[in-house]
Amino acid sequence: MSDMTETALRTFTPQPALAPPKELKGAVHWARANLFDGGLNTVLTLLSLLLIVSVVPGLVRWGLLDAVWQGDSEACRVEGVGACWSFIGANFRILMVGIYPVEEIWRPVLSFLLLLGVIWLTVSRRVRGIRMVAFWLVLPFIAYWLIGGGYLGLPEVDQSRWGGLMLSLLLAAVGIIVSVPLGILLALGRFSDSPVIKISCVSFIETIRGVPLITILFMASVMLPLFLPEGMDVNNLLRIQIGMILFSSAYMAEVVRGGLQAVPRGQTEAAKALGLPYRHIMFYVVIPQALRHVLPPLIGRCIALFKDTSLVLIVGLLDFLGMLKSSTQDSEWLGFEAESYVFGAFVYWLVCYSMSRYGQHLESAGPKNNH
Amino acid sequence: MNTAIEMPPKGQQHSAETIIQISKLNKWYGDFHVLKNIDFHVNKGERIVLCGPSGSGKSTLIRCLNRLEEHQQGNIVIEGVELNDNISNIEKIRSDVGMVFQHFNLFPHMTILENLVLAPTLVRKMPLADAEEMAMNYLARVKIAEHSHKYPGQISGGQQQRVAIARSLCMNPKVMLFDEPTSALDPEMIKEVLDVMVELAEDGMTMVCVTHEMGFAKEVADRVIFMDSGEIVEENDPHSFFSNPQVDRTQAFLSQILGH
Repeated sequence: MSDMTETALRTFTPQPALAPPKELKGAVHWARANLFDGGLNTVLTLLSLLLIVSVVPGLVRWGLLDAVWQGDSEACRVEGVGACWSFIGANFRILMVGIYPVEEIWRPVLSFLLLLGVIWLTVSRRVRGIRMVAFWLVLPFIAYWLIGGGYLGLPEVDQSRWGGLMLSLLLAAVGIIVSVPLGILLALGRFSDSPVIKISCVSFIETIRGVPLITILFMASVMLPLFLPEGMDVNNLLRIQIGMILFSSAYMAEVVRGGLQAVPRGQTEAAKALGLPYRHIMFYVVIPQALRHVLPPLIGRCIALFKDTSLVLIVGLLDFLGMLKSSTQDSEWLGFEAESYVFGAFVYWLVCYSMSRYGQHLESAGPKNNH
Repeated sequence: MNTAIEMPPKGQQHSAETIIQISKLNKWYGDFHVLKNIDFHVNKGERIVLCGPSGSGKSTLIRCLNRLEEHQQGNIVIEGVELNDNISNIEKIRSDVGMVFQHFNLFPHMTILENLVLAPTLVRKMPLADAEEMAMNYLARVKIAEHSHKYPGQISGGQQQRVAIARSLCMNPKVMLFDEPTSALDPEMIKEVLDVMVELAEDGMTMVCVTHEMGFAKEVADRVIFMDSGEIVEENDPHSFFSNPQVDRTQAFLSQILGH
């Protein structure tokens, strides 16, 4: 017996793993375990199937099979046809850039490509740290200059001609790019030792959070000019942009605050012990970790801000939603609201879903901490 | 209650240049008096082990030495620079005093190599390539060079603590402080960290260690300081300290930790 134990000790090899029993695999087992386990789930599954069967075929027929993809409005008015996607095609330019001058359209397109370029540089980690932050912070100025012109040889395009998806993306992108760092500063201010800074930050955040965005937009658009000194003229769009940035930064600050609190104290202590000054401790050690902790709500705020840009319609800017609405009032294309809003919903969904996916990618890509 | 006995340093002769000078140090947490009239000094090249029961103030004392804790009375002078509210004094001292923590405190979002080069490039303004070369040398010394591109979460606790030691060494410190460096480690990893510390001691590094590793104290310490209730109770060379403790509180403590 002892002889056997000794041999076993010397030549221990684990037994090969066995395959799971057959009942645990296969489509039938999956359906039984997930769709039909118990009475309530079976009922819910059948109800859902009924709903899908009654809605999806009609939707597919309307949106794809019977849809009109090209031709003028007459082709869409034939009895029995489905969605009139040629309406979108005919109004595409208006939906994208509003009544922006045709010969200058390369400028918003270039701005958009620059935005994609900076996103690519960030996602592929080709630029990092301070350089990445610099790229992002320069982008809003370049975008406003490219689209608005008026300096360095670019002819000016009045902001009353900006519109469509371009305007929505501009407001959202600049809003996000500026409000994230502003929110971080406000959050750091909340933890400041100086009571003046602390109280200012807290009261700013709490005031803004207590007011609906639409109120802030009205104030920026209507009331702010009354307070500005004579001759100082900030255009309507810029005032609304600033209003959105202030609104968003208060929310960002609250999100970031949660992240800052989640960074263990030992991290700051280790950085201090190495002799790093406060600004370096924050920029290199604390903030990157804090942002990683709050990535899901942060991305959520970005998505919310993008959708909130549709509110500028109320203060007279024709953003994407505004253009969708006004293009249905075109005399030739009267009566295609459904197509217009379905397309609008699809574009909003596409942008928001991409942001959400990127957020999930970031979460899973980050290095894991084991304690 | 200070029974400090001036002993000639163990091993090779050290120059008597004082690196840390603490006098009449007092600290309170609210009403609680954590450090009571601490007087002590550390000479260049000396290895000091601070021990004592938990709550005795030894960690607080060592954390005062680089101002992670603020003291309210008394003086701390390190390398001729006084620790006070002056932030540039504080940062100067912190950059010259290395510290190793119980929980390693590596930066989890940076690779091992990035952890090491961060402070030299930012504080010492060292070019990145030079900093990386130096960092790789220290990583080789703590036998972890092959992991330089991993993240801290991907290596074991003992390896992380060795990286933490290398990270401190990259600042070329005059003194190294160790705050219970092996207390959070699994038993089989304690030795690899102690080995690195012993090597460091043999290279002549000035060290102040808070530790319960009495074997380490016997092997490398020049002086063992026993603290209880915020006071230095006894201070002696390790041989006399372990074989002939002078105060009954020391005897009680030693019989507790060596008794099994």
